[in-house]
Amino acid sequence: QSDRLLIKGGRIINDDHSFYADLYLEDGLIKQIGENLIVPGGVKTIEANGRMVIPGGIDVNTYLQKPYQGMTAVDDFYQGTKAALAGGTTMIIDHVFPEPGSSLLTSFEKWHEAADTKSCCDYSLHVDITSWYDGIREELEILVQDKGVNSFQVYMAYKDLYQMSDSQLYEAFNFLKSLGAVILVHAENGDLIAQEQKRILEMGITGPEGHALSRPEELEAEAVFRAITIASRINCPVYITKVMSKSAADIIALARKKGPLVFGEPITASLGTDGTHYWSKNWAKAAAFVTSPPLSPDPTTPDHLNSLLACGDLQVTGSGHCPYSTAQKAIGKDNFTMIPEGVNGIEERMSVVWDKAVATGKMDESQFVAVTSTNAAKIFNLYPRKGRIAVGSDADVVIWDPDKVKTITAKSHKSAIEYNIFEGMECHGAPLVVISQGKIVFEDGNLHVNKGMGRFIPRKPFPEYLYQRIKIRNKVGGLQGVSRGMYDGPVYEIPATPKYATPAPSTKSSPAKNQPPPIRNLHQSNFSLSGAQIDDNNPRRTGHRIVAPPGGRSNITSLG
Amino acid sequence: SEQILIKGGKIVNDDQSFYADIYVEDGLIKQIGENLLVPGGAKTIDAHGHLVLPGGIDVHTRLQVPALGMAPADGFYQGTKAALAGGTTMIIDHVCPDAGTSLLAAYEQWRAIADSQACCDYSLHIDIPRWHESLREELEALVKDKGVNSFLVFMAYKDKLQCSDAQMYEIFGIARDLGAIAQVHAENGDIIDEEQKRLLELGITGPEGHVLSRPEEVEAEAVYRAITIAKQANCPLYVTKVMSRGAADVLAQARRKGTVVYGEPIAASLGTDGSHYWSKNWAKAAAFVTSPPISPDPTTPEHLSSLLSCGDLQVTGSAHCTFTTAQKAVGKDNFTLIPEGTNGAEERMAIVWEQCVVPGKMDENDFVAVTSTNAAKIFNCYPRKGRVAVGSDADLVVWNPRASQIISAKTHNLNVEYNIFEGTECRGVPTVVISQGRVVLQDGTLSVTQGSGRFIPRKTFPDFVYKRIKARNRLAEVHGVPRGLYDGPVHEVLASAKAVAPTAASRMAPCAGKALAAPVRNLHQSGFSLSGSQADDHIARRTAQKIMAPPGGRSNITSLS
Repeated sequence: QSDRLLIKGGRIINDDHSFYADLYLEDGLIKQIGENLIVPGGVKTIEANGRMVIPGGIDVNTYLQKPYQGMTAVDDFYQGTKAALAGGTTMIIDHVFPEPGSSLLTSFEKWHEAADTKSCCDYSLHVDITSWYDGIREELEILVQDKGVNSFQVYMAYKDLYQMSDSQLYEAFNFLKSLGAVILVHAENGDLIAQEQKRILEMGITGPEGHALSRPEELEAEAVFRAITIASRINCPVYITKVMSKSAADIIALARKKGPLVFGEPITASLGTDGTHYWSKNWAKAAAFVTSPPLSPDPTTPDHLNSLLACGDLQVTGSGHCPYSTAQKAIGKDNFTMIPEGVNGIEERMSVVWDKAVATGKMDESQFVAVTSTNAAKIFNLYPRKGRIAVGSDADVVIWDPDKVKTITAKSHKSAIEYNIFEGMECHGAPLVVISQGKIVFEDGNLHVNKGMGRFIPRKPFPEYLYQRIKIRNKVGGLQGVSRGMYDGPVYEIPATPKYATPAPSTKSSPAKNQPPPIRNLHQSNFSLSGAQIDDNNPRRTGHRIVAPPGGRSNITSLG
Repeated sequence: SEQILIKGGKIVNDDQSFYADIYVEDGLIKQIGENLLVPGGAKTIDAHGHLVLPGGIDVHTRLQVPALGMAPADGFYQGTKAALAGGTTMIIDHVCPDAGTSLLAAYEQWRAIADSQACCDYSLHIDIPRWHESLREELEALVKDKGVNSFLVFMAYKDKLQCSDAQMYEIFGIARDLGAIAQVHAENGDIIDEEQKRLLELGITGPEGHVLSRPEEVEAEAVYRAITIAKQANCPLYVTKVMSRGAADVLAQARRKGTVVYGEPIAASLGTDGSHYWSKNWAKAAAFVTSPPISPDPTTPEHLSSLLSCGDLQVTGSAHCTFTTAQKAVGKDNFTLIPEGTNGAEERMAIVWEQCVVPGKMDENDFVAVTSTNAAKIFNCYPRKGRVAVGSDADLVVWNPRASQIISAKTHNLNVEYNIFEGTECRGVPTVVISQGRVVLQDGTLSVTQGSGRFIPRKTFPDFVYKRIKARNRLAEVHGVPRGLYDGPVHEVLASAKAVAPTAASRMAPCAGKALAAPVRNLHQSGFSLSGSQADDHIARRTAQKIMAPPGGRSNITSLS
């Protein structure tokens, strides 16, 4: 039932080199590459006329099912993957987003089911770790070993919701490394954001500009720096999702020069537009740009990120596609912190990268293939099934027309939202024909898709592209103590009463202070606040403070 | 006090050097010039061929901070004596309140001890070990009435002294409003805690574990984070104990971007390196234990002295906090229990001279700047301290750049058995030290008086630091966008709020150190209460419905502009 296709006269572009050859596709696979191919009769032939034939794009970051306050984004797996295919993307990796309280496994199954029935292109799933709970280790193990998931995202932002402390990150990184997973990080300093949000709301700023003001790019850069520090301590690879600002990108570039295995993913929005729109007088337009980390208000950001993408300091591109309708965004019309976060970009990604990076001469076609497809396939262990035009690879192929000029507008886009953040942008480069699983799904501007035809692509742990180096570093990085004789000199005797007393009673502590977690706190006194006491039968006296007890202060409370 | 005439020396300030005589009386510099008219009987010191410098200011000492209930081996008496012997005539000591002690009480306690023991002028920084809202008034009181203008917060020592990012932001905001200097001990305590556990599990218990568990990335990370927070709060930041290349580089880069941040390398990080942690001699290795640790990278002193010379780092301290070998041996089976601190108050000036001036990295004026003047400017005791000028305090050092000394525990003025600079040759020696107009060191003889040191109160809003901050504060105002009210359709939120904070304690990780705070209002959460009756309880709930095309068409405000 799958098409037999012959693509004639195209220039095949892989990330390493390009060459002229014909391509024969059958059973959803690339069967032959070469000239004068011997193919069965009755094969449909596409004349590429010297145009480029590239591996289909892989969008590494989509949220087509993300719940927010009981609603989901307007583009579901059907609508979203349709848009993806129209833009030349033939595979997506979607984020499973378990709401705190639901387990990773059940959420994974929920996403899997939704995608299987709706998705039009192949897909795979990342799982977000929105809380680090007891029993999560077993679930992670099952996901990695039986479910084909090899990437998990942790959050450094969203205080009191999804945010993890540095200790938790350390623990999570360590465990994920032992599973051979790719560690994705949403990098923003949640503590400071919470403080800034409070301050900005108090100043009476409630519009979308408050979103950008409360999340300045320094906070993104700081978190990236911290994530890399933790990862390099553990010697594990770390992948920063949504690189939105110059400073965050620079931190990644700098760190890579020092050796840690860091990967950065700018998204369509950060490559194609900037955050000046948060100050738009049109609330609905401004709100459409709300995503986290926010788009940088610095208009030179897209240019800088494209340069880093071209030179290899950033490696992959996603879209972070998670659009909400204006009515949904309007939940936060009086408070920017309530605006659901997410922008479009799944359809525009390939064209934006082409227009901003290739058409400007920053990168060549092979690098374009690398950042839109091949690198992603390598990092997430899909290579060479995806991300390459080679015999035996999946027949996900795009015929790309570099000269086609298209104006992006909400009127013609495939997404269900009213606003397109790239509205009016003229893009050079667009797909002419898109072939997914060996079938033509997009031709002459028309989509031919079937709901539910996308397959789940399982991914194995320990991708070579990342873990080869990690394994070697593990071997050479062993720690050893110094063997020395026992110290047998005098040892100072510590006074028996520990000086550290109970931290002040809770009424004194600030509301923002950390309440010590259930671990046993050695500094706290061991008096129990409840439960039977020996003197329960004695009538209680009301407490009174002894400011200056007769006979002076007793030893235990003395300042000394 | 004495009347002293210093003749024939070359006076060195941070901006210029010149030949002149100095006349000192009543603890002040009274005259500077040639052929001075001085009363008979004035003691004359011949400084021909020598330099006359403002006395050194050691911005960081911990002469009284207890570790595990043990007082340091060098108290205020011994510590200030050593400082004077090395050419330092003022120290700024850290007050570190015990848990349960108020900041004010701790301050008074330190004052009482220092007043009775210190031999040179001193001032006090206050450490803030456990932040809570009620400390705000104490900070105010300290700043307004007690002459303290600098506070230190810890980013390390998890579950003991460590502050969260949110708390630091709050403290920095208060410090900015009060005109104080926010200091940080910059190391990521969360990571250190995990690394310590890991190393102990690996069976590494010796002092090398100390440095392995506190790698320099962890210091650099915290410096970066502190700078980010300070910049957010528009508060000047001062990083104490810059010990590694990584941390110094982060700081230098931040200055390049315009952040008001200062860095303080210490004698230990400028004069030695951390390879000694691997010494076979436990006692020697333990003597180097301090936090952040001395970097095992042997090129670190070279790098830090270069940054100090070019102005990327500004002041030098010693972080002098010494423990005897017996005290250090409390941690003989577990490096995390070794009390932290090294010597340096006595050696600081000589080490800086040897590392920076002798190889030609800085000149004598820069030397004065980093050992004395910059500190006086930052901490607001300039020009009373940090300058040789008429009217300034008579804290002077006659420095002989041609003499040399070899640092050794045999000759130092300390109570500890090990000197971390043992065997270092320093070319450059103070021959005469004058403190408060009295000669305290001459011909190698110390003559100090216990308790002669005065407390030097410091005022807020030092110009050197705050002029820029004030200007930035004025510029930093943000404004919202005035726009019409959004009057389009609004999606109805399901009544049962989905975004529930992770509640049950059993779900929290055992290591939850940071966040997970409860009572703050969470702006991400819906305002609906999960429990309790609602006004519309009797009405059956509708499921939410999407309004894609509201009746009457879309309103104006949502149309594309």
